[in-house]
Amino acid sequence: MTSKPETTAAGIASAVAARKMSALDATETALARIKQHDGILNSFTDVTADRARAKARAIDADIAAGKEVGPLAGVPFAVKNLFDVADLPTRAGSKINRDLPPARRDAALIERMEAAGAVLVGALNMGEYAYDFTGENVHDGPSRNPHDTTRMTGGSSGGSGSAVGGALVPIALGSDTNGSIRVPSSFCGIFGLKPTYGRLSRARSFPFVASLDHLGPFARSATDLALAYDVMQGPDPEDSACTTRGLEPTLPLIANPVSDLRIAIAGGYFQKNVFPEAVEAVSRVARALGATQVVDVPEAARARAAAYVITTTEGASLHLDRLRKRPNDFDPAVRDRLIAGAMVPAPLVDRAQKFRRWYRAQLADIFKSVDVLLAPATPCTAPKLGQVNFNLDGVELPVRANIGIHTQPISFIGLPVVAVPVPLEPLPIGVQIIAAPWREDIALRVAYALEKMGVAAAPSPRGI
Amino acid sequence: MAEPLDDYIDAVSKALALPVEEAWRPAVRANLEVSLRLGRMVDEFALPDETEPAPIFTA
Repeated sequence: MTSKPETTAAGIASAVAARKMSALDATETALARIKQHDGILNSFTDVTADRARAKARAIDADIAAGKEVGPLAGVPFAVKNLFDVADLPTRAGSKINRDLPPARRDAALIERMEAAGAVLVGALNMGEYAYDFTGENVHDGPSRNPHDTTRMTGGSSGGSGSAVGGALVPIALGSDTNGSIRVPSSFCGIFGLKPTYGRLSRARSFPFVASLDHLGPFARSATDLALAYDVMQGPDPEDSACTTRGLEPTLPLIANPVSDLRIAIAGGYFQKNVFPEAVEAVSRVARALGATQVVDVPEAARARAAAYVITTTEGASLHLDRLRKRPNDFDPAVRDRLIAGAMVPAPLVDRAQKFRRWYRAQLADIFKSVDVLLAPATPCTAPKLGQVNFNLDGVELPVRANIGIHTQPISFIGLPVVAVPVPLEPLPIGVQIIAAPWREDIALRVAYALEKMGVAAAPSPRGI
Repeated sequence: MAEPLDDYIDAVSKALALPVEEAWRPAVRANLEVSLRLGRMVDEFALPDETEPAPIFTA
């Protein structure tokens, strides 16, 4: 069963604009669902109810006065708690950052969402400092999978996955350094967009790995992803990596046919280290799109290795002073990885960055002859909370480090990806729709087509 | 008995004024072994001398 219209952002915005529903009613519905279900899901760390009601009333007043309202009028949304929210400390999943003074201003993307009429209802649980693929947090407890609350949401944007997968809010924002949007999308059965590196402003969000950090939306439909993505686009001098390209709206193009697109399956590395459910999901998507060509992505394993090295060392550099002064206030698992990251010899990091240029050129060549690559988003469906190991291709490996093996080689070079949910039984799993740089429109078009064909869908939450 | 990486961990810990308590050492060492293994994998890939890194990476 797929989402009901009123659980989608497009449905809410259209009902609010047509005065069939007030923004305040939409907001109260979200707040009531959060109150009813978040005790189990643990997706929210802060609920900004007063602020949300004030914003919703202002939208309703504008509508009553006949003023123009934005395309997300009255749509409730929430953000991973590494986004600055005015008057809250930006905890970024940590204990340490709770001591920071409250943010004075909202993150750039929150401002853009609210300028379009969306209503912020709170901040969401996440893995500490975003160095996580599980959604487990030792300080705030784990966010829980809405389809089976004994299972992981995936991380690090675990609360974002849980809140949208549990239909508490139609849209959430998160960050993706190595897979932190695509992994929770896969485990929680929702759509997630990791845009091209530099596409969306990261201003006033807490960083992790500057040269790999992306922000993006989660939603229960491809249309909602495009709606949110389009209003968040645009240059921002406050993020040095943010593109100066003009707006490139995707929503007007989303229903265009996909028959003219050259779609291939990522081979080699991307067909290894997978459970049968990941193979089945990619195969269903490929079959629906008529994709039979398999393209080998050269040196993807080495790309993942280089992404790992850059992540652990840039992350260590970011947190070096906190590691010296407050090591016991970290999640021990995060602390020990960061300390080790500080000890990696510099030439290996330099070589990883140089390899990145080489690898990007290889993918640029591939995208001369294809428009889209298909790959698994995760090797498996959501593991049990606390699960330590899994068996990948006959080898017992740690879950925590290996959930993102198929996402890391893609974000490494900043390619845009929509993770689409394939509603397998008993649990959903995601497939990455990967496009060339700046072609989010193509990835969203394919996601939309798969949704219309019934191959991709956000299942109703069954665990709550 | 000391593990092969322990002297290195002690030296870097001192150089960076970065505390490593004894209780954390096995996990730090295990993580460092993984990072070095993956770093070696990158190192083994021959790149032309002219290859430049990407200080600010753009897609």
